[in-house]
Amino acid sequence: MSARREGPALLILGAILIVGPPFLSSYWVGLLTQMVILAILAMSLDILLGYTGLPSLGHAAVFGVAAYAVAVLSTRYQAGFWTTVACGILAGTLLSAAVGLIVSHVRDVYFLMITLAWGMVLWGLSYRWIPVTGGDNGISGIPRLEAHAGLPMTGPIPFYYVTLLVFAACAILMALLVRSPFGLTLRGIRDNEARMKSLGFNTWLHCYLSYVLAGAFASVSGVVWAYYNGFVSPTYLDLTASSELFLMVTLGGPATLVGPVLGAGAIVLLKNVISAYTARWLLILGVVYIITILAAPQGLWNLGRRRSG
Amino acid sequence: MTYFITQSLNGLFSAALLFLIASGLTLTFGVMRIVNIAHGSFYMLGVYVAYSVITRTGSLLLATAVAVVVVGAVGFVMQRLFLRRFASQPLAQMMMTMGCALFFRDAALMIWGGDPFTLAYPAALRGSLEAGEIVFPWYRLFVIAVAALVGVGLWILNDHTLVGARLRATVDDPEMAAATGINVALLSGCVFAAGAGLAALGGVMGGPIIGGYAGMDVDLLPLAFVVVIVGGMGSLKGALVGAVAVGMIDNFGKALVPELSYFTLFAPMVIVLAIKPTGLYGRA
Repeated sequence: MSARREGPALLILGAILIVGPPFLSSYWVGLLTQMVILAILAMSLDILLGYTGLPSLGHAAVFGVAAYAVAVLSTRYQAGFWTTVACGILAGTLLSAAVGLIVSHVRDVYFLMITLAWGMVLWGLSYRWIPVTGGDNGISGIPRLEAHAGLPMTGPIPFYYVTLLVFAACAILMALLVRSPFGLTLRGIRDNEARMKSLGFNTWLHCYLSYVLAGAFASVSGVVWAYYNGFVSPTYLDLTASSELFLMVTLGGPATLVGPVLGAGAIVLLKNVISAYTARWLLILGVVYIITILAAPQGLWNLGRRRSG
Repeated sequence: MTYFITQSLNGLFSAALLFLIASGLTLTFGVMRIVNIAHGSFYMLGVYVAYSVITRTGSLLLATAVAVVVVGAVGFVMQRLFLRRFASQPLAQMMMTMGCALFFRDAALMIWGGDPFTLAYPAALRGSLEAGEIVFPWYRLFVIAVAALVGVGLWILNDHTLVGARLRATVDDPEMAAATGINVALLSGCVFAAGAGLAALGGVMGGPIIGGYAGMDVDLLPLAFVVVIVGGMGSLKGALVGAVAVGMIDNFGKALVPELSYFTLFAPMVIVLAIKPTGLYGRA
């Protein structure tokens, strides 16, 4: 890892995130909140895609399931804050644990197609299982996080700092994870699974745990996102969501945790700026995709240096 | 019993459409190892192009021909310009097709608008076959026949012609195939174009019943993927078996438990993968 380059960049990034918001308009605070929440999600996908080499196209579905769990519990069952949060994270994580049993057996394109298919299954459920999910209308009326948690302050800025705190905790945990012996083993599996197997590593278990952990972090992100938006809808789980997410990681730079954070920021910014001028967001997204693969296949963060780590 | 037969015929109709689409996907994968996310877009473009032709000329036959050729050409150009340079980089290729899929999706919305439509039934195929209590539309039988013809045609092409032999050689070992003088790049372009054309054919054949609507590309994609995963990627026989299995299960699933229609598809895939990770007829 290029610790020398990451250090200063992280400091600057952190400083902007901490000091910035009070000086910004509520529109920009909102954007920053979105960036931070989706950065958690993008980093979690990076554990799978960048570090383990498992290209998941159904990652947005885990995020969506956690968000739906929050919505259903908080609106229909009037559950308390901690119950809601815990159940939201558990829902996504347990789902990943169940699905991981199947998908951890396969690699590469098979992994991609299977995760895509099961992501679409969950999207189909959210769309068609109307009694529980509200179908296309989704579920609205999720209480404000500040009120639900009983915080003394309300408004976009306190919400932002709560989000930032969650982000920091997740980022630190994920950074520790990828630098741990476990994380190194994941990279070993990505680069040469046969060798890791012959060295005595249980590669299935490592892939499985990687999948479940990534799912857990994605669930955290989904829970916060549900509170941020106040409603959930099937678009959280659809293929466009998974594609945007995939692009965040690739654009930023896979196998670096900073890259996906930048990628998430760039995509959220681009999406909001472009949406202000034109409804052709998907067209632009497609073009950005193509340009990224042509011009910076290793991501912005990795531009100008050979791939390491 | 009547219900059962009617539902089976409906299932067979879904299977016919799925086979048309999945055979293209599996061919592309077999030769180029590309997971083509834009395959659903080809299917969608097929219906839309046919719609444009049919509203002007009223001929389904002409619309089918134009749609297959136009979408095939789009596929050929896409492969030449964007995919060829990423040979043996499956992830980059997949992302490229995803970028194209997003692009096609929005472009179609821009050109044709988001209103759903169905293609007009061809005059000769209106009405239904009535045998006792079973009533089944002629058009659906026609589509099943078309799919069967395409299946037989692909089988003959693949197993009994020189082109098929080259194709199989390329699937087995692209480098050796190139060394024996096969133009692998051109062959890949043609296979990709043929796959796109087949998807478009599937779209047009389903046009009078399923029609065209915004989002149809992503509705179809998981179905096609499940077919190919169950059948084994790269295998035509697998696409056939997978299409029939998925068509039947999807149809009976929708009829019996409509809320869980997508879920009933996932179960057979999981079972097949647990027993044979490469699919029924796939090779590792």
